[in-house]
Amino acid sequence: MQVTLKIFRFNPEKDRKFHYETYTLEAEPTERVLDLLERVKGYHDGTFTFRRSCAHGVCGSDAMRINGRNRLACKTLVQDVGERITIEPLLGLRVIKDLVVDMEPFFENYRKVLPYFINESPLPEDGRERLQSPEERARFDDTTKCILCAACTTSCPSFWASDDYLGPAALVAAHRFIFDSRDEAAAQRLQIVAETSGLARCHTVFNCTMACPREIQITKAIGELKMATITGKLD
Amino acid sequence: MKVHQFDVVVVGAGGAGLMAGLYASRSAKTAVISKLYPTRSHTGAAQGGIGAALGNMEEDRVEWHTYDTVKGSDYLGDQDAIAFMCEQAPEIVYELEHMGLPFNRTPEGRIAQRPFGGHTNNETGKPVRRACYAADRTGHMILQTLYQQCVKNNVTFFDEFQVIDLILSNGAAAGVVALELATGELHVFHAKAVVFATGGYGRVWEITTNAYANTGDGIAIALRRGIPAEDMEFFQFHPTGIYRMGILITEGVRGEGGVLINDKGERFMDRYAPHVKDLASRDVVSRAMYLEMREGRGIGGKRYLYLDVRPETVNKYAAIDGRTNPDGTPYTVTAEQILAKLPDIIDFCRTYLGVDPVTQPMPVQPTAHYAMGGIPTNIYGEVVIDEKNTVMPGMYAAGECACVSVHGANRLGTNSLLDIVVFGKQAGIRAAEFANGADFQPLPDDALDYTRSQLDGLRHGSGKENAFTIATELKTVMFDHVGVFRTEEGMSQALEKIRELKERFKDVRVSDTGKVFNTELLNAWEVSNLLDIAEVTTACALNRKESRGAHAHEDYPKRDDENWLKHTLVWQRDGKLEIGYKPVTITRFQPKERVY
Repeated sequence: MQVTLKIFRFNPEKDRKFHYETYTLEAEPTERVLDLLERVKGYHDGTFTFRRSCAHGVCGSDAMRINGRNRLACKTLVQDVGERITIEPLLGLRVIKDLVVDMEPFFENYRKVLPYFINESPLPEDGRERLQSPEERARFDDTTKCILCAACTTSCPSFWASDDYLGPAALVAAHRFIFDSRDEAAAQRLQIVAETSGLARCHTVFNCTMACPREIQITKAIGELKMATITGKLD
Repeated sequence: MKVHQFDVVVVGAGGAGLMAGLYASRSAKTAVISKLYPTRSHTGAAQGGIGAALGNMEEDRVEWHTYDTVKGSDYLGDQDAIAFMCEQAPEIVYELEHMGLPFNRTPEGRIAQRPFGGHTNNETGKPVRRACYAADRTGHMILQTLYQQCVKNNVTFFDEFQVIDLILSNGAAAGVVALELATGELHVFHAKAVVFATGGYGRVWEITTNAYANTGDGIAIALRRGIPAEDMEFFQFHPTGIYRMGILITEGVRGEGGVLINDKGERFMDRYAPHVKDLASRDVVSRAMYLEMREGRGIGGKRYLYLDVRPETVNKYAAIDGRTNPDGTPYTVTAEQILAKLPDIIDFCRTYLGVDPVTQPMPVQPTAHYAMGGIPTNIYGEVVIDEKNTVMPGMYAAGECACVSVHGANRLGTNSLLDIVVFGKQAGIRAAEFANGADFQPLPDDALDYTRSQLDGLRHGSGKENAFTIATELKTVMFDHVGVFRTEEGMSQALEKIRELKERFKDVRVSDTGKVFNTELLNAWEVSNLLDIAEVTTACALNRKESRGAHAHEDYPKRDDENWLKHTLVWQRDGKLEIGYKPVTITRFQPKERVY
């Protein structure tokens, strides 16, 4: 089939303003949108710039807007989006070049929630693992899937309105540790996410949940965090 | 140009690089430089598990893990290094757990383990549950956990910096040159110790599990600076990649009871590996699949087979095999259990194939997966540069880019995640120790020249050729002729083609003349690495006149211990390749015939 790609272009060294370029190419319906972007770069215009690595939805490099929706280009097939495809960078982050956006504010928010395991208690005397039941492990399974692609955060109107909002991805990271039975810093993290730049900015729009290529129930996780800040319990 | 000074510079931020960075930064001023954001590294794509004889599910022993790895390596692995890795395994898995890694759990709350290819109870010969797993995203969990620990410990990162060259001075490592993607600026990192943890090079082949980023940069850079590469002819083809796309379907699928099926509906692995069947070593399974397809038993006569993990299929063959649970009851699975243990695999199949593995079999083919060879090191991660294992001061390597050698001619599943954490840790500790007792080597005046000449070459070629086209032609010829089965004729043709492509590559000119995020320039430079790595791989494969592990030479179908129980070393000298050898370390296990 013939596919027409309309792609957002911006070269900071040449352009004062972004524009769109259109490319028409032959494609199989089962090809990834990323495969098409590679061919555009390889054969049509070498200057076209985007990030990518694993090409199967686990590294989080190629989040972008595809027909207006945040998706991973490597996890979107041509047949899912049709023969006219518009490709644009994520919203809410500064465009560096074409589809490449400045990820620093995103990672800065991530780092704010103490996104690492904290347990200062002595290790088991036999040196082996800390015990955790399968039920305790299942409690936070969903939020361990996050690949930090930013599709959720950059789909959130609250984040567009002000980038000091932690955003869904950082809240997902907080959830992953807060609900881990082995972790001891839940209270500290709950305090961080309860501040004005945190949970209060979530208005349950569900954009994040819709955008997540890992199908994490993000709005649900944020709801659990809200409940925990109110009740002080981690049920 | 900017100059930075660090005691230790780690290149690469996958599992090995992060582990090295984490350990080195405890006692030395350390920088981790990565061409990707660390969490984009390919460690994150590893699925099935990390091998360690914890014995959480059933009896297991470190010695069994050691023997299985030696046997898996087709006796080319160095047995002292293998013993060291397997001894370290339980401790390092517990260390990961203590860092918060969310392993699946047994009902008793311990780390859950599953069977994997080539891992056995040495007394019964039956598969043993040794792979410690977190669903089917164990690599993702390792990568995330190590990155989180680096954030906690304020490790210094230079993200999206591409290292182009290694600086040597007085025969020792003195730093690296890197291109900052965001600005196009060149940076010199002056260092007392350099750790390469740059990953593999599966992108040499057309069908691969590997990421775009896996272009063998570290090995290519080291070769250009006179460091040899070891055992480059041994490259693993994983049996189960998604048909035509190559995307990895974990061996854990077979660990959970999945079986390979041919066009006649036969579970054919019982003919090739009567004891462990579908859980034989990867080289054995990939060859069996090729033979089935060659005999016309691919599905519909095509170049793929079925991997079947439907509960009714699993339960049927588990009953035939007499497989039991740890408590002795017959092993059975339900659709819910398959969904819970293999969620990502199911997601991949639904997304890319429109196939639901719970109700339909998955079309699979062998796919280029893992480099057993690489930069020669000892068990401390120190790079050794000749037949006598002479150490290059200040130079370290770990992970897939390194060859210790713990994988020999064929790696067992779950041993790569083990390798990266064990030897990443060693390299980090040793690099910091070395740096704390050493002075900086002087920076040569021409430190940037070689980088500049490489990049200028790509900017000022005639423009007659396109790097993307050259890469595509390379991948095809490598997949056709330097893949699972190899012949003298095919490999000779491949080598000729690679050399033609290398000539043509001189006429490449990138069209992007900008500085900011010039990924065209970067990708073209990566193609130069692929070409060098492909040439070395093919030359070493042509040279080894036997079949061993992943190197299946049809003109020499038998293993030949008399002449070839030795490691290959290859040097790039004045544009020519020189080949040498060094002995394999054999301690407890004398080579014998390998039967699964």
